[in-house]
Amino acid sequence: MASLSRESILNIFLTLAMVALPFVATAIDEPFYITLATRVAILGLAGVGLNLALGTGGLVSFGHAAFFGVGGYAAGILASHALNYTPIMESPFLIEGTNQMLIIWLVAIIASGIVAYLIGLLSLRTSGVYFIMITLAFAQMLYYFAISWPAYGGEDGLSIYVRNAFLGVNTLAPHGFYFICLGLLFGGIFLSATLKNSRFGAALQSARQNEERLSAVGVRPFNIKLTAFVISGMMTGLAGALFADLNRFVSPSMLSWHMSGEIMILVILGGVGRLYGPLAGAIIYILFEFIFGGMTEHWQFFLGLVLLGVVLFARGGVIGLIAGRARHD
Amino acid sequence: MTNPILEIKNLKKSFGALKATDDVSITLNVGEIHALIGPNGAGKSTLIKQICGGLSSDSGSVIFNGKDLAGLDVAERAQLGLGRTFQISSVIMEFSALRNVMLAVQAFNGSSFRFFKNVRNDKVLVARAMEILSRVDLEKRAEISAAELSHGERRQLEIALALALEPKAFLLDEPMAGMGPEGSKRLISFLDELRKEAPILLIEHDMDAVFSLADRISVLVYGRVVASGTVDEIRANPAVREAYLGETA
Ligand SMILES: Nc1ncnc2c1ncn2[C@@H]1O[C@H](COP(=O)(O)OP(=O)(O)OP(=O)(O)O)[C@@H](O)[C@H]1O
Ligand SMILES: [Mg+2]
Repeated sequence: MASLSRESILNIFLTLAMVALPFVATAIDEPFYITLATRVAILGLAGVGLNLALGTGGLVSFGHAAFFGVGGYAAGILASHALNYTPIMESPFLIEGTNQMLIIWLVAIIASGIVAYLIGLLSLRTSGVYFIMITLAFAQMLYYFAISWPAYGGEDGLSIYVRNAFLGVNTLAPHGFYFICLGLLFGGIFLSATLKNSRFGAALQSARQNEERLSAVGVRPFNIKLTAFVISGMMTGLAGALFADLNRFVSPSMLSWHMSGEIMILVILGGVGRLYGPLAGAIIYILFEFIFGGMTEHWQFFLGLVLLGVVLFARGGVIGLIAGRARHD
Repeated sequence: MTNPILEIKNLKKSFGALKATDDVSITLNVGEIHALIGPNGAGKSTLIKQICGGLSSDSGSVIFNGKDLAGLDVAERAQLGLGRTFQISSVIMEFSALRNVMLAVQAFNGSSFRFFKNVRNDKVLVARAMEILSRVDLEKRAEISAAELSHGERRQLEIALALALEPKAFLLDEPMAGMGPEGSKRLISFLDELRKEAPILLIEHDMDAVFSLADRISVLVYGRVVASGTVDEIRANPAVREAYLGETA
C-alpha cells in the first residue's frame, strides 16, 4: 500500500476525534458537548449531500434547504401523527404516523428524493447564475408554502415532544442519538467516496469539467447531473429528519434560504469537493457559534470574515489548507 | 459502387447575416478519407458541429448509416457511431490520460450508471483503455493528468477518445494542428491505416497531409463548397488555387 496522504491522515484523525468526543465530554462532565457534536454530525451530513452536487458535480445549488426541510417535515409529520394517534390519511388507503426512525428516514429520503427530482428536472436545464437562482426560488417556494400551511403548525412549526425510536437504542440518551447520527454521517461520507470512484462518479466529474466532452463520448450530462442531484437531495433530506429529531421541533426556517446558505457555507469552509470537507466545515461552524455566539450576537460577522478568508486565500477550504491541493488521477 | 456512410444534404446555417453553412452537400464513403479544406472562417468546424448535433441546422439533413439524424442530440449521435475530435483539444483536465480514455470506454459500453465498483480496480476497463492509449503512443503517459500533457499529446488523447467509441465514421477537426513535424508524420501514417476501420472526414490546414492522405477533397469558402474532386483535380483547379492556395492562376 502506498503511504497515506496527508488528507487521509487528517480524515482518520477527524473520524477518531468524532468517535472519542462523547466519552471525553462525559469524562469532563460536559454532556452539552455531545449535543453540539450531534449538530456537527447532522449538519455535516447535510453538507455531504450538498458536496456531492456542488463539489463532485459542480452544481451550485442554493436550494438545499428544500431537501433538508422536506426531510425534517417528513419526520415531524409522521411523529406528530404517531403521538396523537391520528392517521395521516384514511382514504383511499390508510397511512398512519410512526415513531420508528427507520421508517421515518426512509420516508424522508424518498420524499426529498422526489422533490430533488422535480426541482432538478426543471433547474438542471440551466447553469451558472440561473441555476443558483432557480434552486433558490424553488426552496423559497416551499418555505412560503410551509408558512401558510396551517395543518402542520404553519409559521409556528411543529413539535415532536419525544424523540423517535431506533431499534434497541435509547435515543433520548445523548450518546445513543449521537452515535446514530455519526453512523449516518460516516455512511454518507462512505457513499460519497464510493460514488466518486465509480463509473457514475467519473461521468459526474466530467459533467462538471467538460460537458461538451462528456456528450461527445455519448453520455447525456443532464441524466448524470439529475441522478447526482437526487442522491444529493436524499442525503440532505435524511439529515433534515435527524435535525428534526435532535430539536424535537420542525419549523419553516429549515426550508429558508438561510439554511441553504448555512449548508453551503460549511461546505465551502471545509473544502468544496473534499471528502471530509463538510465535516470539517460543520465543526468550525458549530465551534464559532458556540464560542463567539456566547460573547456576541454578531458571531456570524466573524464567521463571515473567516469565510471571506477561505474564499480568497484557501480555495480548498480548511482541508485544503492543512492537506494541500486535492489529488487527481 | 460508392456507398456513403454519411450523407449531408443541402445543409444550411446562418449566424445573423453570416451564412456559415450555405447549402452544403457532401458524402463520406466507406474506406475513404474525404478532406475538407478552406480558409479560416470558411465554416468547416461549424459543419462538423451540425453533423454531430452540437449546433442545429436551419435546413437540410444529415443521413448517417441510413438514418436521418434530425432531432438527435450530441450523445445519441455519438452512440450511433460518430467519433469526432475537436479543433481545440477538449478533454477532462483533472483526469489522467488513462482515466479520460476509460471514460470514453465506459460510455461506449453504455455503463455510466454503475455506482459502486471502483473504476481503478476495473481490470477490463483499464486494459481496454491502455490498449487504445498504446495505439496513439500514449501508454507511457497514461498516469499523467491531461492538464500536464503537452499540447501534442493532448491531440493524441483526442484521437484516443474517438477510437474508444469504435465509430463508424471519424470527423477529425484539424488533428495535426500544433503537432510538430515528427508528430504530424506519425499521425499521417496512422490515419492512412485508420481509414480501413472507418472512413474519415478530415479537416486540415496542413496541405502535405491533405494531399498525401485524401481520396477526395472538398473546398469550402464562405460556407459554400466551391470545388470537390480527387487530389489531382483540386490541385489543378484554378478557382481553388486562387481562392485558397493563395496563388494567382
Ligand atoms: N456560434 C457562433 N455565432 C456566431 N458566429 C459564429 C459562431 N460560430 C462560428 N461563427 C462564425 O462562422 C464562421 C465559420 O466559423 P468556423 O469556426 O466554422 O470556421 P472554420 O472553417 O472552422 O475556421 P478555422 O479554419 O479558423 O477553424 C466564422 O465567421 C465564425 O466567426
Ligand atoms: Mg475550425
